[in-house]
Amino acid sequence: MEADRREFLKQTGLLLVLTGAAAQAWDFVLAGEPEKAPTYKLLDHWWAMAMDIRKCIGCGNCVRACKTENGVLLEPDCFRTWVERYHVHPDDPEHPEVDSPNGGYDGFPEKYKAGDGSKNFFVPKMCNHCAHSPCVQVCPVGATFESPDGVVLVDKTYCLGCRYCVQACPYGCRYIDPRTETVDKCSLCYHRITKGLTTACCEVCPMGARKLGDLKDPKDPIHDFLKDHMIHVLKPEMATGAKAYYNGLDGSVR
Amino acid sequence: MREWLRDREHLVRMGILFAGALAVFLVVRAVMVPKDFGTYGHFRTGALADNMAHPLVFAGRQACGDCHDDIVASRKGSKHEQIGCEACHGALEAHASADDPSALKPKLPDVKTICLVCHRENVAKPAGFPQVDPKDHGDGGPCTSCHNPHHPEIS
Repeated sequence: MEADRREFLKQTGLLLVLTGAAAQAWDFVLAGEPEKAPTYKLLDHWWAMAMDIRKCIGCGNCVRACKTENGVLLEPDCFRTWVERYHVHPDDPEHPEVDSPNGGYDGFPEKYKAGDGSKNFFVPKMCNHCAHSPCVQVCPVGATFESPDGVVLVDKTYCLGCRYCVQACPYGCRYIDPRTETVDKCSLCYHRITKGLTTACCEVCPMGARKLGDLKDPKDPIHDFLKDHMIHVLKPEMATGAKAYYNGLDGSVR
Repeated sequence: MREWLRDREHLVRMGILFAGALAVFLVVRAVMVPKDFGTYGHFRTGALADNMAHPLVFAGRQACGDCHDDIVASRKGSKHEQIGCEACHGALEAHASADDPSALKPKLPDVKTICLVCHRENVAKPAGFPQVDPKDHGDGGPCTSCHNPHHPEIS
């Protein structure tokens, strides 16, 4: 009984004095390795992605790196990120020709000719990490959610594989992983960004065409990106609160 | 009183049934719903840790520079300065975090193909981006016979 009371007072005292993150770190301090304590503060971040279509060269580095980092199946319908090629004829901008051979994983073999009057460009696509995600709203079991730091994540232990979210996402960013029959999607490399690293796709993009940004960090260069460019998001009419911000997004892009 | 009860007996029975069902629901709910469900929203807070637990595969350019500072210095001022090392050299967390990194040396990229991943001519690439048709440029030799990949400019 005596020991129980002492334990209780110690634990409560610790919680009152340290609270939250510090209490979590205390275990590591006691173990003599304070450098291993988690320093990531959930409420200090609000993640977003800055994409520059004017810079994308369609090399496919992001697609390959994403699959490597996250163990995504090498099937042509399993992508957490992919690149699309747009071929827009100025006479008919409403009907662009879009292709994405194997998501851009193997690059884009030349298909169009220069000087035919058309407009050609690449559009990198991924989860928009919406602040008001349709996919989260339709999940019947709370298996997908917007994290307090602005990332749309999946709880694989909860997912039933009902596919409601796959249909609800206006951007086509979700697929069913045939190995687990649960949904899979871009996690914004949550295991990396919470350790102070950037996402795998941003790490390997040779053009800096996509850059991870923390909107809650006033020193993050994403603020300059948003200020200095004409920015658009995909399907703003859906009011999803998309946080993948595009520079140079053509009106023909769907 | 007895008469009053008899008239309403079916209501009382229903009430008891309802209360019983509610009790069962509350007990089942308390057992089934994890303790950490709902702290930050309609989800299990532990799912955040699950997502964080995924192993790293790409080390990040910071880790490369910690040891290979000579290469970082040699890329200063070049057009390739801002490119992450693993963009060409591949995912190297296993190498970076190994007790003996030299035992897990990465293979050098194939210079006949790696350069063309970015620099092969394509009309959809932004104008001004240096692109070549390997048939017209470089006599079929490896790009490295003229260009240093860490500092590709020819002076």
